[in-house]
Amino acid sequence: MSSQVQKQVKQLDRVIIRFAGDSGDGMQLTGDRFTQESAVFGNDLVTLPNFPAEIRAPQGTLPGVSSFQVHFADHDILTAGDAPDVLVAMNPAALKANIGDLPKGATIIVDTHDFSARNLTKAGYDANPLDFIGDAGSELGEFAVHPVDLTGMTVEAVKEFGLSRKDAARAKNMFALGLLSWMYGRPTESTTAFLTKRFAKVPAIRDANITAFKAGWNFGETTEAFAVSYEIKPAPVSPGTYRNISGNLALAYGLVAAGVQSGLPVFLGSYPITPASDILHELSKHKAFGVTTFQAEDEIAGVGAAIGASFAGHLGVTTTSGPGIALKSEAIGLAVMTELPLLVVDVQRGGPSTGLPTKTEQADLLQAMFGRNGEAPVPIVAPQSPGDCFDAAIEAARIAITYRTPVMLLSDGYLANGSEPWRIPETAGLPVIEPSFATERNHVLKPEKVLEDGTVQPEEKDFWPYLRDEETLARPWAVPGTPGLEHRIGGLEKGEGHGNISYDPGNHDFMVRTRQAKVDRIAESLPPLEVDDPSGRAKVLVLGWGSTYGPIGAGVRRVRRAGYDVAQVHLRHLNPFPKDLGDILKRYDKVLVPEMNLGQLSMLLRAKYLVDAIGYNHVRGLPLKAAELAEAIGNLVADAEGITVDLTTSTVEEIS
Amino acid sequence: MTALSGTDLPTPGLRSGTESVPSLPEGAAPQTGKDFSSDQEVRWCPGCGDYAVLKAVQGFLPDLGLRRENIVFVSGIGCSSRFPYYLDTYGMHSIHGRAPSIATGIATAREDLSVWVVTGDGDALSIGGNHLIHALRRNVNMTILLFNNRIYGLTKGQYSPTSEPGKITKSTPMGSVDHPFNPVSLALGAEASFVARTIDSDRKHLTSVLSAAAAHRGTSLVEIYQNCPIFNDGAFDAIKGQGDYKDGKADAIIPLVHGEQVRFGAPDEDGRGSKVVVRDPASGSVRVALASEVDESAVLVHDAHDPDPSTAFAISRLTAADYLHQAPIGIFRAVERPTYDDQTRTQLDTARQEAPAEATDRLAALISSGDTWTVV
Repeated sequence: MSSQVQKQVKQLDRVIIRFAGDSGDGMQLTGDRFTQESAVFGNDLVTLPNFPAEIRAPQGTLPGVSSFQVHFADHDILTAGDAPDVLVAMNPAALKANIGDLPKGATIIVDTHDFSARNLTKAGYDANPLDFIGDAGSELGEFAVHPVDLTGMTVEAVKEFGLSRKDAARAKNMFALGLLSWMYGRPTESTTAFLTKRFAKVPAIRDANITAFKAGWNFGETTEAFAVSYEIKPAPVSPGTYRNISGNLALAYGLVAAGVQSGLPVFLGSYPITPASDILHELSKHKAFGVTTFQAEDEIAGVGAAIGASFAGHLGVTTTSGPGIALKSEAIGLAVMTELPLLVVDVQRGGPSTGLPTKTEQADLLQAMFGRNGEAPVPIVAPQSPGDCFDAAIEAARIAITYRTPVMLLSDGYLANGSEPWRIPETAGLPVIEPSFATERNHVLKPEKVLEDGTVQPEEKDFWPYLRDEETLARPWAVPGTPGLEHRIGGLEKGEGHGNISYDPGNHDFMVRTRQAKVDRIAESLPPLEVDDPSGRAKVLVLGWGSTYGPIGAGVRRVRRAGYDVAQVHLRHLNPFPKDLGDILKRYDKVLVPEMNLGQLSMLLRAKYLVDAIGYNHVRGLPLKAAELAEAIGNLVADAEGITVDLTTSTVEEIS
Repeated sequence: MTALSGTDLPTPGLRSGTESVPSLPEGAAPQTGKDFSSDQEVRWCPGCGDYAVLKAVQGFLPDLGLRRENIVFVSGIGCSSRFPYYLDTYGMHSIHGRAPSIATGIATAREDLSVWVVTGDGDALSIGGNHLIHALRRNVNMTILLFNNRIYGLTKGQYSPTSEPGKITKSTPMGSVDHPFNPVSLALGAEASFVARTIDSDRKHLTSVLSAAAAHRGTSLVEIYQNCPIFNDGAFDAIKGQGDYKDGKADAIIPLVHGEQVRFGAPDEDGRGSKVVVRDPASGSVRVALASEVDESAVLVHDAHDPDPSTAFAISRLTAADYLHQAPIGIFRAVERPTYDDQTRTQLDTARQEAPAEATDRLAALISSGDTWTVV
C-alpha cells in the first residue's frame, strides 16, 4: 500500500481503544481482530469486552450497545485501562453510551451514516451532536472528533461483489478495523487470513470483508482527515512462544491438561449459562483427549452426572455461574460426604438472582465457602488473569484428585471474556497428578491364624472405603470394576473407616472434624505466599484475589511511582488460606482488601485472623478502576504513615 | 428403525444391555443370591414390599453371570433408596431425585458397568421428575426400578404424585386435590425404549421382567407395585387378590404378553379370559370389552416392539387412576434405538482414531494453536 500523503508518525507508549456499536455490528469481532494484530505485533495488551445480555437488543438503542476495549502498550500492563484514548462509535447510541468514559482530548471516530433523525431519537439525542463539532461547550467540544461515513464508503468499496445493500453495509466493521489498523501500524496478515478462513464458504462475503478492511486502511493512508499515525513499539517480554488467550479458553485448556496430566478421562456435566458456556463449547471439541461433554437437562443433572463419572473413575467437572452453583449446592454436599474428586467451575457474574448475566463480579466467594447445608468445607481456587485460568484449573484438579474432594474454581466474567498475551507453557513442565486408585483390600478382618492341627489359616482382609491416608486424610478411590473392593457410599453419615451408615453422635462429631481437617491439610501442600514489598518498608498491604489482580497491581504501581511504599499479596487459594497468611497480615499496619463485592474476603480474614481488614468495594459489573484504587491506597498510606500523599507526581502514562 | 414385531423378548440380533460388561470367567463357581447380600442389616418395616423385591433382585443377579464388581446400583432418597446398601456390589445412595443423573454419568463414562437405579414414586416422579424423563428420552443404558407404593413413606405418610385423588393423608386431611401421574404413561410419553410394570409379590413375573429389562440396551423403566404396610396398606390388594378383593385378581390384572391377545378376567369355557382389550375404531384408543361380545379378530394382539408408542400408551390408560382395581401388567414397550452413552463413546472413539498422536504431544499442539508469536 503506497502512500500518497506524507504523514507524521508519532510515538506512543500505550493506547486504549474502545470499539462501540450495535450488538449486531460485530464489535466483539472487530476488537478481537485488533487484539490479535496487536498481540502478533508484540505489544502487551489487556482487553475488556462489554456486551448486553440480550442477543440482539432493539437496534440503535442504548441497551443494545456492545463494546470492546483493548489496551496495548510497549511495556507490561495489567488492566484494560480506566478511560479510552480513542472511541470508535458506529451509531448515535454507541456515542451516547460511551462518551461519559472519555477523558478530555480523546479521539472519537464516528460513523456518520447512522446519524439519522430516527436513530438520534432512539439514542435520546434532541439534536445531532455532530452539527456542533468544535463549538466550545458542546457535547463534543472537548474531543478530537472525526466524522466519517464508514458505512457509505464500505458499500461503495464492495459494490463489485453484488451483495445486497444490507450485506454490504455489514462489512463496515472491517472498514473501521482497517482504518484503526493503519492508524496504529498493525500487521494485517492475520486478519486477512482469518477472514479468508471464516467466510471460506461464501466467497462474496469473504471478498467484501477483505476489501472493506483494505479500503479502511487505504482511506486512513490517503485522507487528509487523519494527519497522524502512531507507533507503539513491541513490549519487552520473557522469551517464549506467545498467543492471545481468553480466560474461558485457558480454563478449558487447563481442564484438558488436567486430564492428560492425571491420566484421567475428563467428564464435563454442564448446563448452558452465561458467562460459562464457552468452556462447554470448547471442551466439546476435545473428544480426542477422552473428554466427554454431557449437556444436561439442568444444573443439578450436570453436577450429578459429573459425580457419577467421578465415582466411575473419571475426572468429573461441572461448569456454571452463580445461579447454577445455587442449584448444585446439595449435590456438592454429596461430593463432600462421599469424598469424591469433583471440579466445580463458577464463572461469577453480577448477582443476586439472574442479576447481570454478562457483567463481572466476585460476589460468590461466600457462596462457594459456605453455600451448603451442614459443615461442608470445599477448597477454593481462583485465577488472577485470563492466562492464569490454565494453571488454576490444573491446581484445582490436583487438589480434587489428591484429597478426594469437590473443589471450587472461581473465575469471573471479566477473566472469562477478557484476554491477554499468554506465554505458552512447556507441557513437560506441567505438574503430574497421581490418581492412586485403590486396588487392594486395605483392612484386616481376621489376622493370620495357626490352627491346632498346625495348618495356617491365612489373613482375611476386607475393603474399608473411609480408611484414610495419614498424610492427606484422603480416603481410597476404589472404582467400580475393581474386584474385591465392592462398597457403597452415599449422603448419609459414614462410620469412620468402614464407611457404613452411622448415626453415632461421637462418630458424627469426629467425621465433621475430619472432613474439615482434610481440607485444612491442603495448606501443607501450598507454596509460601509471594509478598511484593520492594522497599520492605511498606506499612500498607493490599490483599486481593481473583481478577482484581490487574487493577490492584496497576494501582500499587502508581502509588510506588509517586514515591510511596505499599505491599501487595494476591491469593490463589481462598480455602484453606496459605499457612503464612496470618503472619504476613500481622506485619502490616493496614490491610486493604479491594473486591468486586461488599467485602466477602474481608469478612473471612476478619473472622479467621482478627485483622482489621479494610474493604475497597465496588459492584458495578466492571473491573475496578486502577486510578480510583490508587487514590484509596494513597489515602491509607497517608493515614498509616502520618504523611501527605500526592499521586499527581505519577503521570497518567504510568497508571497502566 | 427395523420393525421388530413378532420377535421374542429380548430382541434377538441386537446388542444386549449387558453385552459390554465382563462376565464371570469360565469355570468360576456360579454365584448365588448370598454373593450379592452385603453384611448390612436390612432396616425396612416388617411386611414391607421392598423385602420381596430385594430377595428377587439378589436371586436374579446371579442369572446375569456378570462380574459382581462391574455392577453398580444407584439410588436417590426414600425407603426404597436404601436398596444399594443391602447389595454387595458397587453402589451409591445419592440425593433426592438425582439418581438418574448420577447413573447417566456412570453409564456414559463406563461401558463395562451394568448400571441400575432404584427409586420410588416420590423420588422419581416428584423431585426427580425432570431427570427421569430426560434419562428416558436419551436412552442411557441403565435399568430403573421404580418402586411405586403411592405414598411418601420415609417422611411418614404424605400423599405422593401417584396417590389417588381424594386421598386422605397427613398433609391432605380433606383429601388430595392433586391429579396423579401414571408412571407407565409418563415413560411412554417420554418415548422410553423399554417400559414394564410388575408386582412386588409376584416373584416369577418380577424376575422375568428384570431379566428382559437387563437384556435391553437403553433405559429400561420397570414400575414395581410395592405395598407400604404402614402408610398405604392394601393399595394393591385388588391386583393381588387379597383382603376384600380375594376373588378379584383376574379382573384387576390385564396381563401383557408380546404377540398374544390381551385377555383377562374370569376364564370362559375355553379357559381363556372372558374380557378382552379391543381397539375403539371411533377414537383409535383401546377399551375393555366382553370376549363374548366382540369378534375374535378384533381382540388386540400386544406388540411390545411397535416403534410407535401410541398403542402402548393407550393400553397404559387402562390403569385405574383412583383405587387400583385394574392395571395392565407386563412389558408395554421394548424397542431398540441408539443409546446416548454408546453414541457418545463412538464419537470419542472416532475423534481418537483421527488423532493418533500421544496425548502429551497433542496437548502441546492444542495450547499452541491459533496465532502465535515467538520472543527470543
